[in-house]
Amino acid sequence: MLTYFVKRLGLAAVIVSVAMFLLFCMIYLIPGDPASVALGPRATEEMRAALREKMGLNQPVILQFWNFYVGAWTGDLGEEVLSGRPVMTVVLEQLPFTLALIAGGITWSVALGIPLGCWAAVSRGSTADRIVGILSVAVIAVPSFVIAIYALLIFAVQLRWLPAIGAGEPGNLGDQLTHLILPSLAVGLGWVGYIARMVRASMLEVLEASHIRTARAFGLPDRMITYRYALSIAILPTVTLLGVGIGQMLSSAVFAEIVFARPGVGKLVYDAILTRNFPVVTGTVLVTTVLFVLLNLVADLIIGALDPRVRSSF
Amino acid sequence: MTTLAINNLNVTFSTEAGPLHALKNVTFDIPENRIVGIVGESGCGKSTLINAILGLLADNGTVDDGSILFEGADELTTLSASRMRDLRGPRISTVFQDPMGALNPVISVGRQMINIQYRSDLSKEEKTQRAIDMLELVRIPDARAALGRYPHQFSGGMKQRIAIAMALMMEPALLIADEPTTALDATLEVTTIELLKDLQQEIGCSVMFISHHLGVIAELCDDVVVMYAGEVVERGTTRQIFQNPRHPYTARLLECDPARQSERTRHLPTIPGEIPDLRARPPGCIFANRCHRVQPACTAPPPDAVIVDGHIARCFVANEPTEVGGIA
Repeated sequence: MLTYFVKRLGLAAVIVSVAMFLLFCMIYLIPGDPASVALGPRATEEMRAALREKMGLNQPVILQFWNFYVGAWTGDLGEEVLSGRPVMTVVLEQLPFTLALIAGGITWSVALGIPLGCWAAVSRGSTADRIVGILSVAVIAVPSFVIAIYALLIFAVQLRWLPAIGAGEPGNLGDQLTHLILPSLAVGLGWVGYIARMVRASMLEVLEASHIRTARAFGLPDRMITYRYALSIAILPTVTLLGVGIGQMLSSAVFAEIVFARPGVGKLVYDAILTRNFPVVTGTVLVTTVLFVLLNLVADLIIGALDPRVRSSF
Repeated sequence: MTTLAINNLNVTFSTEAGPLHALKNVTFDIPENRIVGIVGESGCGKSTLINAILGLLADNGTVDDGSILFEGADELTTLSASRMRDLRGPRISTVFQDPMGALNPVISVGRQMINIQYRSDLSKEEKTQRAIDMLELVRIPDARAALGRYPHQFSGGMKQRIAIAMALMMEPALLIADEPTTALDATLEVTTIELLKDLQQEIGCSVMFISHHLGVIAELCDDVVVMYAGEVVERGTTRQIFQNPRHPYTARLLECDPARQSERTRHLPTIPGEIPDLRARPPGCIFANRCHRVQPACTAPPPDAVIVDGHIARCFVANEPTEVGGIA
């Protein structure tokens, strides 16, 4: 178990390093001079040169990457171009909002997707199964920002059931939760479809297994067979899928945060791109990459907790 | 009393290519406290028979005709789903063929053994104790610790013994054993068979033992039912079937048993030909196309000929003497 964990953390470090390299290359290749953007058009050439010197932009590329790489591992992601605050601080300030958004999205997708998938599998071929199938494909096909805009229009503007913008009053948990409902639905709704399809497919497979026949031959109640005996196995591929899906939810979060004017790393990176605030862009992308890799590790650990066969291979 | 009386059972599956008549006019009894062997090739309808008894036929399968009477009281072909579920487990238990896949891989053995006692009023400790007692009875070492383990942590033979323990823990009136030893190696097969026989005598249940291993059937069973292409072609006591087979199919099946080969030979005897397509059953004898004693009369449905009381063969020539040594 411990060796498995250490091995996985080592792998995660390699993945993050590769991501850092790619990120650095992309930022380096983007046209535009951060120094001129930061100082504005009226700055003199000397001022720009001084800022470039300060930001290390005059150093050889390899050295720039090395400084960035070593700095990142020690928690130093550079400073914001305009305010001079440490990027790490800025990103960590915004991170909880995005984490809440993604947790909400996962809650929506799991709470709706798993029961729908089970229902469709148990009543295979029925009208219910077909309706769930069509709805699943429909919500997968619609981009999350479209869902976000319509959810905003219907529930916040027309019906006025839920607040439209912001993340709620700081310190007021209830208010923050009501502000979370719509954006997290926008992030999670597409995943309801994926999860329902996935759960249906793996449930159908598991329900054919001979141990399910054994359970039936012992006269166990249908509910116990479906939820305890079949779903506990059929859920496993869905957990892996969700681990991967968090990456896509992070990008949906960018749209949701812009549409609902919520704080969060998506909004942060969007604003940073518009103002060519490259240290913030790199820092945010890096933190979300680490987050993604860690959450995938968590998904694998959850599978280990659910499946004794995997657990004993750790 | 007869534990299970199957009378004139017919099961059809609707398929895309038309109806498939999987069981045709199946009649036999499982008397109380006896072990009845069901023998036949793959595809002879053994699994369909089990599923029909358990009420677990696939959605496209229906019982068209006939009856399955359990303990003289419950007509299984028309029983409600909930009453059928109450019989499955406590009254009719099943051990399936595949020991690797028969237990749930993500639920501990103990949990599974406690779950199947969900109808019982016993406390959790008592249920656990019963599970331990049963595991000890099937000689699982360190039974208490075994409860916390998962199926993949046991060998195939142990898993099959656990499956037997689960089935017999219910103290059923009828145990259905579907090729319980086929997946095991020869040594394990013998010990498992002996174990099954001991436990059957201890608990006092009837057993329907399905196998294509004639040696095991001869060793274990009191009565034998020979099935071919969804029909019972011959039934009788084990002695009658093995000493005096009257249906040509039974005779050839016995000849094909490798254990009966007395001489070294390059080729094991086989029955030439194949089982006819069950979607288009011939109107006459189902075995006629492969039979070495086929007659013009065989194009009509053969009768269930009584050789002696309890020994019945579905054949026109069953009561004619077999030619001596002429069929090898």
